[in-house]
Amino acid sequence: MPDYKCQDCSADVQVPSDALDGEIVVCPDCGLELQVKKKPTGEIELAEVTKEKEDWGE
Amino acid sequence: MTGSIGMLYDQLRPEERLLIEAAKRKSLRLGLHDSEKLYLDIKNTDQEELFEEIVLQRCLSYFRSVHLTSLLENKGITVINSSKIASVCGNKLLASMKLEEANIPTPHTVVAFSIEAALKALDEVGYPAVLKPVVGSWGRLVAPLRDVESAKAILEDRENMFPIYQIYYIQEMIQRPSRDIRCFVIGNSVVAAIYRYAPKDDWRTNTARGGHVESCKVTSNMEELALRAAKVFGEGVYGVDMMESENGLTIHEVNYTTEFRNSVPATGVDIPGLMLDFAIQKVRK
Ligand SMILES: Nc1ncnc2c1ncn2[C@@H]1O[C@H](COP(=O)(O)OP(=O)(O)OP(=O)(O)O)[C@@H](O)[C@H]1O
Repeated sequence: MPDYKCQDCSADVQVPSDALDGEIVVCPDCGLELQVKKKPTGEIELAEVTKEKEDWGE
Repeated sequence: MTGSIGMLYDQLRPEERLLIEAAKRKSLRLGLHDSEKLYLDIKNTDQEELFEEIVLQRCLSYFRSVHLTSLLENKGITVINSSKIASVCGNKLLASMKLEEANIPTPHTVVAFSIEAALKALDEVGYPAVLKPVVGSWGRLVAPLRDVESAKAILEDRENMFPIYQIYYIQEMIQRPSRDIRCFVIGNSVVAAIYRYAPKDDWRTNTARGGHVESCKVTSNMEELALRAAKVFGEGVYGVDMMESENGLTIHEVNYTTEFRNSVPATGVDIPGLMLDFAIQKVRK
């Protein structure tokens, strides 16, 4: 699993090698949720998760 | 695709990743279906071929979950949890009525449809009380109403929101410790339980609000109550939330797509693995 950096606290964030586009990973240090964005080149970028919707939940 | 299991999702969270990893450990093929990439015909065309025989519904969106599950069920696919379970559990009023009807301890709840009537209801329920949206989760907009003044301010705020927030679901405030309990029910057993502790700066215990979890020993009382609650809604996978009140345990919510990312490390129980085992059992032999 290659490591990525959290945008907030720059801790190492693990991204599974078979991560899917849109998958949400969580910073182990600060708990920030980050979304995996796959570029057409296969490269991965982490973006902050957009706001939750009103009917989202458990 | 007889014999295999699928999973529907809209946001692939750590829970769904844990399910993917659990399937790998079991050498089980788990079909992944992004709900945003699908469209389904209400006619029974061959679309059931797109899915497995048993599908785990993990969509975060309540409305999507209910509609999508209904479409799949119409094609003969078994969905965990069913559309019936989702539609009732995803709406706090419908769920509370079911619990009450089954004589399961649940907080006193009153519903009103205008600010005026809500304030009257509050006089009856007494302060402090709790206001909750009937649809929603993670403690979002769950508000303690401490007195008439704060109740008015909060209710007035809701008047400008989406109409569902004007269904005023009002509950007596249970004098609980700064924690509540979630029991994980899979089929006929309670497989684990956690305490959810409120963070320092919030009254709510939701982990989405910064609360933390600790393992909780399942007492026979909790077990009996959680299983009774699950039975009311039908066989499935649940997170049954209860509070420790002066009069014993009381159930305030039954979650139908429960999260478990923090509960697995806290309890050491392989909740995703057990969920898959439950699904496998349902595959026609
Ligand atoms: N009647 C009540 N008295 C005291 N505390 C309550 C009451 N109802 C809910 N709470 C507390 O408020 C918080 C949010 O409540 P609840 O679980 O019903 O909301 P939710 O948004 O559906 O959250 P989730 O489904 O993610 O657990 C929890 O900490 C719960 O313990």
